[in-house]
Amino acid sequence: MNDIIRELLSKHGGLPVAVDQIADTADLYDAGLSSFASVQLMLALEDEFDIEFPEAYLNRKTFSSIAAIAEALADITKDRQVA
Amino acid sequence: MNASAQVAALDLAERASRAAKVAAEFADRVDAEGRFPVEGMNAIKAERLMGVMIRPELGGEAATVTHIADVCAILGQSCAATAMTYAMHQIQIASLADYAVGSAWHEAFLKRICDEQLLVASATSEAGIGGNLRNSLCAIEVEGATARLTKDATVISYGAAADAIMVTSRRNAEAAHSDQVATLFLKEQYTLEQTSVWDTLGMRGTCSDGYIFRGECPAEQILPRPFAEIAAQSMLAVSHLLWGALWYGIAADAVAKSQAFVRAAARKSPGQVPPGALRLAEASNLLQQVKANVVAGLKQFEAAKGDGDALNAMSFSVAMNNIKVGTSQMILVIINHCMLICGIAAYKNGTPYSLGRHLRDAHSAQLMISNDRILGNTSTMLLVNKQDTSLLG
Ligand SMILES: Cc1cc2nc3c(=O)[nH]c(=O)nc-3n(C[C@H](O)[C@H](O)[C@H](O)COP(=O)(O)OP(=O)(O)OC[C@H]3O[C@@H](n4cnc5c(N)ncnc54)[C@H](O)[C@@H]3O)c2cc1C
Repeated sequence: MNDIIRELLSKHGGLPVAVDQIADTADLYDAGLSSFASVQLMLALEDEFDIEFPEAYLNRKTFSSIAAIAEALADITKDRQVA
Repeated sequence: MNASAQVAALDLAERASRAAKVAAEFADRVDAEGRFPVEGMNAIKAERLMGVMIRPELGGEAATVTHIADVCAILGQSCAATAMTYAMHQIQIASLADYAVGSAWHEAFLKRICDEQLLVASATSEAGIGGNLRNSLCAIEVEGATARLTKDATVISYGAAADAIMVTSRRNAEAAHSDQVATLFLKEQYTLEQTSVWDTLGMRGTCSDGYIFRGECPAEQILPRPFAEIAAQSMLAVSHLLWGALWYGIAADAVAKSQAFVRAAARKSPGQVPPGALRLAEASNLLQQVKANVVAGLKQFEAAKGDGDALNAMSFSVAMNNIKVGTSQMILVIINHCMLICGIAAYKNGTPYSLGRHLRDAHSAQLMISNDRILGNTSTMLLVNKQDTSLLG
């Protein structure tokens, strides 16, 4: 999962540094992720995983790190399997 | 609201009204001369209104943003420059009071604000960045225990009159543009080299000149929380709410003037409905929309306060952005209606119905963080955030 996130992040994140230099837990906003880029990344993730981020996930925290994104995706796809 | 909070709110409104009376007396002169509203601000200090939002342990009265919005609306009806100065100061206080908890230096400074009724300015805008609050070019340099910062600040309201300035910058020279901190510099810790003169259409008394800011202070004066968090959870929302409240005040005063005009006309020709009456009804309708917009926003903010998730939610940002854009556009329509009602008496300066100052001051609202910029941000969020279509949610 983290590899896919990294790939989409490098495509849509518009970060000034290479994605492979960013640790899973590093703060993406500190690394230069803009709110515009975070929305582009969100759209790409929705497309890739065929999901929609529920309202409760649409906040800064969800996109604060690669690990946080992975955790959110795991939650959302888990809910889907249950439903 | 419990009984004691209600008493405090009433008391605040009363104190604000007394200060507003003084500010009103000097509003035209402040505007004409483009000078700092010293009489109004001194009256506000005399009413001990500068630190009311601060915790009582530090000398404040624990007033809420809603209380402060009420004060801003009252001041906005008398002198918009005084109201904006007060609002901008309180926006800084809101950030300091909530995002420097436990920082000994900042808490001591908050106490000083209450004791000495100090005025805090803000330098976020920067040459090459414009009104994009969440980006900085300049970087603070920390060497041992000392922090140094130079910023080409294009607009610092009442910069020359302030006792301290909160300045945003990148965290260090290597940090990304959005990796920002805010630092509170005291007057004796900086110099301001003036680069532009605030000779503007309106809001002239805010004296928002441009400066090269050069400051040096102990590094402990950097706010402990990242500016990203302060902006998202406090500064943007509080700005839009307090500005919205004072803009409401400007429009409310224009409507009050045009109502007086219509009533005078009605008394002169009994039995006839004056020609402006219908338009007045329209203006009153629009004014109510502005009020409802601000009040609903205040309720939403107070409900979310202290809840990081609620404050960080996209739907919350969309709502606050909408308040800013909506109120700033609507007040212009309202004041224009009032101008049509009162006619030449409104267009002319120095009549009881003059609205030139109101109209000019109100025109700053759409530019004060450009509405286009804000709409751009909202439109990005709406790509993923589904609009809440419930009436009460
Ligand atoms: C009364 C008053 C008091 C102020 N006091 C202070 C203060 O104390 N401290 C402080 O730091 N600042 C202050 N400001 C400045 C304010 O916060 C903004 O920085 C400023 O109004 C924006 O200036 P700008 O129009 O030159 O810049 P920009 O934001 O760069 O906008 C310029 C124009 O470009 C367009 N534009 C730019 N970017 C975008 C975008 N992303 N999307 C769509 N359109 C865009 C818009 O049409 C806009 O009108 C004050 C402003 C006013 C009016």
